[in-house]
Amino acid sequence: MLAAENLILMRGGKPVVESLTAALTPGTITAIVGPNGAGKSSLLLGLAGLLEPAAGSVMLDGQALAAFPPRTRAQAIGYLPQTPDIAWDVAVENLVALGRLPWRDRGTAAVEAALGALALEPLRNRPVSQLSGGERARVLLARVLAGEPRWILADEPLAALDLAHQLSLIAYFKACARVEQGGGGQGPGQGVVVVLHDLAIAMNHADRVLVLKDGRLIADGPPETALAADVIAQGWGVAARWLGDAGERALVAGEV
Amino acid sequence: MNRASLIFAALLVVLVPLSLLAGRVWIDPFDIAGGGIANAALILAELRLPRAVLAIIIGAGLGAAGAAMQGYLRNPLADPGLFGIAPMAALGAVASFWLGALIPPAWAAWSLPLLALIGAGTGMALLALIAGRTSSDAAGGAGGGIALFTLAGLMIASLAGALTALAITLAPNPFALSEIVMWLNGALTDRSWREVMLAAPLVAAGIAVLALAARSLDALTLGEDAARSMGLNPARLLALLVIGVGLTVGAGVAVAGIIGFVGLVVPHLVRPLTDRLPSSLIGPSALAGACLVLAADSIVRVLPLVTELRLGIALSLIGAPFFGWLLLRMRRVGL
Repeated sequence: MLAAENLILMRGGKPVVESLTAALTPGTITAIVGPNGAGKSSLLLGLAGLLEPAAGSVMLDGQALAAFPPRTRAQAIGYLPQTPDIAWDVAVENLVALGRLPWRDRGTAAVEAALGALALEPLRNRPVSQLSGGERARVLLARVLAGEPRWILADEPLAALDLAHQLSLIAYFKACARVEQGGGGQGPGQGVVVVLHDLAIAMNHADRVLVLKDGRLIADGPPETALAADVIAQGWGVAARWLGDAGERALVAGEV
Repeated sequence: MNRASLIFAALLVVLVPLSLLAGRVWIDPFDIAGGGIANAALILAELRLPRAVLAIIIGAGLGAAGAAMQGYLRNPLADPGLFGIAPMAALGAVASFWLGALIPPAWAAWSLPLLALIGAGTGMALLALIAGRTSSDAAGGAGGGIALFTLAGLMIASLAGALTALAITLAPNPFALSEIVMWLNGALTDRSWREVMLAAPLVAAGIAVLALAARSLDALTLGEDAARSMGLNPARLLALLVIGVGLTVGAGVAVAGIIGFVGLVVPHLVRPLTDRLPSSLIGPSALAGACLVLAADSIVRVLPLVTELRLGIALSLIGAPFFGWLLLRMRRVGL
């Protein structure tokens, strides 16, 4: 369980997340959505233990995340930043292997599994400068997976991807959440928390949606209720309605 | 030991004997083997050997510091000289020319290197004090530690540079003026085992400290947030870096003056031979830095000039065009 309790986060002296309480369960995909500047990325940083709470706390399995030694926290929570720039032109394989840093081992099996899961084996020796945007996004996610975290926190992982790559990444997130690590097939899988801009993707693929506006939670629940038309009107100031059936909905939006 | 280490270690093995034989007086190895010339043995033991060892030590320190700084700043254009520590060490050394009259004669021989080390230490302390003051808020990505570190380093470097220039313009006498200017241009001329004994332990300790930072620097490949999410402790990394660079660069300046461009150029020579991660660069860059300084010092010794070309000037003459070429290449192909 990864839980925010009365969480207040500050950046640049201003509150960006205010009195937020939400307990996330492993084995599910939680989407964090909201208009620009709502505090989505800050909340994700806070949940990852990378932004210290100004008040309240983030608890991982009942213990305050702030009290975790950095490496222990890093072994439990994998974080994928929104705009990861890669400083050095390393080969795919070596970049993915960086995911083992929290464990201080080579973790060959985990690296291979991550390369395999994202179909990166053919690219393993390619320098990252020679990858397409979609390939690069997969490599960066594979880095997180190689660390075998219990929680995967990703900030807009779909933003730079075309439709096909978006769908394959979503399928992969679902697999992470459904399957227990180690392949036993029982019990919950990894907890997946993603910041999303595309509300239709959140509607059709998330198990739970947190809607943020001005740092406050304005809706929290299954997508059908958390992304209802009145919530969208309140959050984005846009009149919108959903078309289609559950699981394959499309959003039509216009001026209020 | 990776491939790059082996290559530069082998190169060093070739360069050392060549350097020992090269100079105004060329030494014929067969003379010494035959026990022929006592002078040659003396030149070797008292002049060439300490000078070669010192070149290796200083070059190794500058190479390793350059590799670590480029890893920390995530930028291939970083040079340890840019970040205040070398200019502060130079300022300390210049102060010794000023304070000459006040220093007890027993200490006179040590005053320059010691004041240079004090200068380097002051630079490190300032850097840590300013760059270490990141609130948890800033560490959360709002402009954060590394940008602050860079700016603090530049501030310290320009302050030290200005104070050094002031010391030069107000030099107590023309002799001190020429001493200061000559000294600032870095050289290994007339260095002895005394300087080796001073620099060797400091540089070795500095490289060891930088090696401890290696994996943290790898984590920074993906940016500060990703690195922290992988367990990086920014305060520990900053401390290791400031201490490591301070010891290697400070000790180098203390015994040889300012020797620029080694820390900038060497990691670029090494990087294509490695997997390009900072941790793979530190060791080979130390070896390559040793090769570069040793080779350059041997060349300035044999150039047919009236006075020996200063090593610092020679390396800048090589380094600056290389830097320009690097900028052009980066503009063309990216990293």
